[in-house]
Amino acid sequence: MLDNEKIIELQDLKKETLLLKNQGYRYITMSCVDLGDSFDLIYHFDKAYEIYNMRFSVAKGTIVPSLSDVYFCAMLTENELKDLFGLEFSGLVLDCGGNLLITDEVGAAPMTKQYVVKAKESE
Amino acid sequence: MAKKTILPFGPQHPVLPEPIQLQLVMEDEIVVEAIPAIGYVHRGLEKLTETKAIAENIFVVERICGICSFMHALCYCQGIESLMNITVPDRSRFLRVIWGELHRLHSHHLWLGLLADAFGFESLFMQCWRNREMVMDIMEMTAGSRVIISTNALGGVRRDIDSDQQKFILNSLNKLQEELDNIKRVFSDDYTVNKRLVDVAVISKEDAHELGAVGPVMRASGLSFDYRTTGYAAYNELDFEPIVEQSGDCYARMMVRLRECYQSIDIIRQAFAKLPEGPIASPVKGFPSGEIATRVEQPRGEVLYYIKANGTNHLDRLRVRTPTFANIPALLKMVKGLTLADIPIAILSIDPCISCTER
Amino acid sequence: MMGILQTAATKSPWIVHFDCGSCNGCDIEILACLTPLYDVERFGVLNVGNPKHADILVVSGTANYRNARVLRNVYDQMPWPKAVVAVGACASTGGIFRNCYNTLGGVDKVIPVDVYVPGCAAKPEAIMEGVLQAVQVLEKRKETGETYAG
Repeated sequence: MLDNEKIIELQDLKKETLLLKNQGYRYITMSCVDLGDSFDLIYHFDKAYEIYNMRFSVAKGTIVPSLSDVYFCAMLTENELKDLFGLEFSGLVLDCGGNLLITDEVGAAPMTKQYVVKAKESE
Repeated sequence: MAKKTILPFGPQHPVLPEPIQLQLVMEDEIVVEAIPAIGYVHRGLEKLTETKAIAENIFVVERICGICSFMHALCYCQGIESLMNITVPDRSRFLRVIWGELHRLHSHHLWLGLLADAFGFESLFMQCWRNREMVMDIMEMTAGSRVIISTNALGGVRRDIDSDQQKFILNSLNKLQEELDNIKRVFSDDYTVNKRLVDVAVISKEDAHELGAVGPVMRASGLSFDYRTTGYAAYNELDFEPIVEQSGDCYARMMVRLRECYQSIDIIRQAFAKLPEGPIASPVKGFPSGEIATRVEQPRGEVLYYIKANGTNHLDRLRVRTPTFANIPALLKMVKGLTLADIPIAILSIDPCISCTER
Repeated sequence: MMGILQTAATKSPWIVHFDCGSCNGCDIEILACLTPLYDVERFGVLNVGNPKHADILVVSGTANYRNARVLRNVYDQMPWPKAVVAVGACASTGGIFRNCYNTLGGVDKVIPVDVYVPGCAAKPEAIMEGVLQAVQVLEKRKETGETYAG
């Protein structure tokens, strides 16, 4: 549990974010934690040095609405999480197709817990 | 209506020390849109931190970026310390400020030099880097290494600064300030420098806020936000104000960094004047558990660490949001409408650190 | 004509710097070599942006899947005789990032490396020594008439 945290529902995400934006909050970033069969998504916002966090859990494979039409800067974070966790976002304004950071050789979703680091040939 | 051309800028480009590619959609000489293509420096560092022990992770996070390595370690250590309720000795809090500000000094000098190089002022580039070597000498003397100094540890710092070293540092800073006065005249008043920087790549106050810009990019657009004012480490006992410029162009971003050099020198002097005696590290026992989001002001802006620990020697998750990552949306906005010849300066004006961005 | 070019390559080697996946630590030290305190230009070493102008390729950082293609491309564009200096632990072996999912290891997995410079980050003195050793490699290649092995 983080300081200043609010647990929300997936369908309220857009509504809550718009409220925050109207109150003058600045988008910092979002974090994703792999919990095994679901993902914990935490959105971090800032206003006057105070951090505000929104959290919800989604089952793997759920499509999450993108915030990039509210905060354009969420686009980069969402593309990153798409690469690293295999999360899907609907309505992403600039979609790099899972190739923002990694190439296809790496394999899908390298940051998830199931991912096994390949043994290098010399080891 | 002119024909649109897509021009790849980078990844290997003389003005960029690091590989980043911008695909510029051009109408004749004017950029209408920029699409980032990154991933040349991505290593997978966040995953690596899950396999290393908690104390080892300090060395991993230092290698997110070699320029602001101390601040990365500081942010990580402060996060773990507050999870474990460790009180850091007063002396080490001040030492952390001193090394942190030395890093800011060397980072800003480095950037000023690269900017001068980008607008073709070779001798100014050399002057900035020559001055920077004074800071590097201080680093080498106090920590034994020039770039990645590894003086942070859980519970405090690893090395002390004795009184002889303090004298040397204060002498060097006096010399540095004189040199800074010389280059400041050129940066702020020179005709050609002004021509290249004033009104180039403007970002308004509203845009900077909405696009989540941080650090000097944000402060150059008139937003007063400097996370140091919240008083982490020993900043609560030191006297300083965030440096803010209003015009939001490359010149304003340059002036913010130039004035922050003076500010850093001043903060280091204050910290030495108040440096208390005592131990430099507290004992650390056990492993942390719980979650925390912790922030620190780096030379390039605010960095956020989200740490999730589970009571063992390995972390569940370490998430790093670095300042350049936050400044890229602002960069994409500010290059619109620029001519191709101004693109290198616009890119440099956010002080891009690609190894931070991609980790 | 070839003789003049090859003498010039060893008396005044031009370097091109490519950052693979470095943390910037080695990059700024390579740049520091060019600036007044260390000043490699007194050895005739010049940093150029165009790989076709260069004799020595200085690489820092680990190779990953995406930059390996760029690295290979830069290397292939350099005219023979050429030499490669891998600067820092990451470029030599992969260093601390060796087991990350996106790294291939040292740059010698992608291109042949002649000189390895240790250190994290490598010191400017060590980088200069590495570049001077690469000059000797160039000289040897010139004398023996070794041809490009690809």
